[in-house]
Amino acid sequence: MKGMTPIVRNITAIVSCFVMLYGVYVVCTGHLAPGGGFAGGVIIMGGLVMLVLAFGGGGKAKELIGEHRCHVFDGLGALVFALIAIFGFFAGGFFVNFLPKGQVHKLFSGGTILPANIAIGLKVSAGLIGIFLALVLGCREALFRSCSAPKPPVEDFRE
Amino acid sequence: MSVELLIIALIVFMLLASLIAVETRDLLGSVIAVGAAGFALSVIDLLLGAPDLAFPQVLVEVITLILLIRMIMTRRDTSRQTPRDTLRTAAVLLSGGILLVVVFFAVGGFGGEQPAAGTMPQFGQPVMTHGADDAVPPGVAAEYLANAAGETKSANSVMSILLDYRAYDTLGEATVIFVAILGGYVVLRSVGRKKKDEVNCP
Repeated sequence: MKGMTPIVRNITAIVSCFVMLYGVYVVCTGHLAPGGGFAGGVIIMGGLVMLVLAFGGGGKAKELIGEHRCHVFDGLGALVFALIAIFGFFAGGFFVNFLPKGQVHKLFSGGTILPANIAIGLKVSAGLIGIFLALVLGCREALFRSCSAPKPPVEDFRE
Repeated sequence: MSVELLIIALIVFMLLASLIAVETRDLLGSVIAVGAAGFALSVIDLLLGAPDLAFPQVLVEVITLILLIRMIMTRRDTSRQTPRDTLRTAAVLLSGGILLVVVFFAVGGFGGEQPAAGTMPQFGQPVMTHGADDAVPPGVAAEYLANAAGETKSANSVMSILLDYRAYDTLGEATVIFVAILGGYVVLRSVGRKKKDEVNCP
């Protein structure tokens, strides 16, 4: 997939940082305000989608956001969430809030809610960007091919 | 009451957008109609007082719109139109809907201000917050609302239910996402796919 013009690239390079930073903010304040792991993970994924669309799928972007890395972080998020559940046994049972709870309205409050949000955000962002890469950079012609019709013109998606 | 009218108008809008998305031959128009239906759903969530739902709904709609438009940008719908029995489908759907409405009012409908036991509560009234009379204790939702901030020290009581009281349900939800993404990889992966010449056309 080819990237876009230098104007779009430069603007995206600046804006996507703020988009992803806002995603991290939404993940980390899920226990204080509406939002949480799923919404924040989707925002982080949106920033990565901007990068892939503007800079193209090959080259640096492929090294940075490869399919393998997506699989690793997807599995890591699921593993951390399951470990939080299992560590609850130290405090008495499955999913028992075992961390110190702190004060209401402070960032470090709510015990296991903050790490669980971070795990879900990691999992959702990595999984969805992996699906996006597979859909946009993968074998598109095989997905949409119809044998009887003449083949529509397809641009080269791998640089 | 005006909120209910607004919600009904939005639901009609969603139905129209879904019909357009199914029926139109233009792929771009179809994708935009799907997006319109999703945004209307997020507005309904906001009107019913659920920002925690409306927020991810808007985000997922935007991302889905970008992804689908990126996918169909260079593509035309080359499949041939097949004749459909529209009248029969419409008759079946309409009679099914009428049957559902009749069953709903046969089992009690909306129970009014003080619903009797076994009927639906009034619209916009959460099921678990109040019982029929004093004999039925207030539900589990009132318990959560009263104790969430004190017990879990989380200011957002939605998150304290999702990730503390009912975290087991969230684990199931995360498993669903995990398996769905895994299935997507299996269908869409480029590694291991056969070369173009080897794929047999049916």
